[in-house]
Amino acid sequence: MSMIAQFLASIGATVLGFLATIGRVTIFAGNTVSHLIRPPFYGREFGAALIQIGWLSLPVVGMTALFTGGALALQIYAGGARFNAETVVPSIVAIGLTRELGPVLGGLMVAARVASSIAAEIGTMKVTEQIDALTTLSTNPMKYLTLPRVLAATLAVPVLVGVGDVLGIMGGFLVGVGRLDFGAATYLHNTLDFLTLWDVTSGLIKGAVFGFLVALMGCYFGMNSGRGAQGVGRATKSAVVAASVLILASNYLLTELFFSA
Amino acid sequence: MIELRDVHKSFGPIDVLRGVNLSIPTGSSMVIIGGSGTGKSVTLKCVLGLVTPDRGSITLDGQDVTRGDRDAFLARFGMLFQGGALFDSLPVWQNVAFRLLRGALKRPKDEARAIAIEKLRRVGLKPEVADKFPAELSGGMQKRVSLARAIAAEPEIIFFDEPTTGLDPIMSGVINDLIREIVVEMGATAMTITHDMSSVRAIADNVAMLHDGVIQWSGPVADLDQSGDPYVDQFISGRADGPIEAVR
Repeated sequence: MSMIAQFLASIGATVLGFLATIGRVTIFAGNTVSHLIRPPFYGREFGAALIQIGWLSLPVVGMTALFTGGALALQIYAGGARFNAETVVPSIVAIGLTRELGPVLGGLMVAARVASSIAAEIGTMKVTEQIDALTTLSTNPMKYLTLPRVLAATLAVPVLVGVGDVLGIMGGFLVGVGRLDFGAATYLHNTLDFLTLWDVTSGLIKGAVFGFLVALMGCYFGMNSGRGAQGVGRATKSAVVAASVLILASNYLLTELFFSA
Repeated sequence: MIELRDVHKSFGPIDVLRGVNLSIPTGSSMVIIGGSGTGKSVTLKCVLGLVTPDRGSITLDGQDVTRGDRDAFLARFGMLFQGGALFDSLPVWQNVAFRLLRGALKRPKDEARAIAIEKLRRVGLKPEVADKFPAELSGGMQKRVSLARAIAAEPEIIFFDEPTTGLDPIMSGVINDLIREIVVEMGATAMTITHDMSSVRAIADNVAMLHDGVIQWSGPVADLDQSGDPYVDQFISGRADGPIEAVR
């Protein structure tokens, strides 16, 4: 085979492999969602996942939002000063955070924290035959491990995004009032005047989609983990990378869907 | 009766099982021996449906194991995994009573805990162990907890995957005796895979030697030393020279 044919064959193999993975992930997602309407439902596992994914992610998401809001206020002030438009700081901070930065940065932080831990946990369970043990104990691993985590992330991440929105706007407020000489009442007035319900709601919807994707990737790569420590490590890395890329790609698609003229 | 007929299984280019034929009568204890990587665990997982054979049939009391109610089928089985496969996030008693806390066999929590403690006692563990987590236990204790989990729902059939791997000779003897006692006491059908000859002699009614993807020899444990099969002779004597290649 010539060099060119070998090159083309390698591209073809990569594309086919990529498409096959998309197919497997889609089937995995469909299988997960189908368990929503098929009992039994493991409430205790769902509750534990909700705490692990939602409650324990609150500090990292909150800190990210707070500092991002503050930095955003400084940047917009500096940029706006070029056009004598410093007064737009509160409204741009609020819109930027609720529509884009809140859900995207929140999603990425959850991806780093949650997708990795889910993939490592389930991957280790697979390597140590705990997944097989579940099956022999008449417990479907998709129902017991995957569905509670995916459902919990889908419900918890929008809440995290909402909290992040509030903290991010508060970060902007603190910087605006403390460093940029805005009046507190004026800052809040400008924020609330220009912020619409859809700005907030669209961000929360994005959060739900990102939460679903993060947990799905963690579970998928964990369930398909290779053998040994190296296999689990690779599954963990793949879960975080895939979740992050999917968050950014789906963010574009959702933004196009929600806000394109 | 568990029957495997012409069972084949490949993983990629590697043919692991190349036509396994084996019958395990109800209430008997069958031990499958063979070197590492010869497909013993795959055979066992094929019966449980954890691995799907490429070809052949596996029946339990004449019923194809791949058909019918899967939960009802699995409820008849107990399994001791090689590494214990205890759930790290659950305390010992919840591991043992896992099946009794959910699904078709669900019992009230107090009753499930009482059964778990009784099963722990049966395998020689004190009630204080019940509230510990698996990581707090030694390897031998984990194996016993796993054994207690395997028998908690009083299954008709129990599988043991390398029950003494990683244990010292004394603890191996304790586990072997426990397995034998429990199988006899419960009247269960047992299928054990091991390459530990002391386990074979302690546990087995019948022995089958798996090599090169097929059953090379099978018969009563009493005939093992006079099998006349060169594979079995080499295996039980642990010689490097013979039909089984030392480097595989």
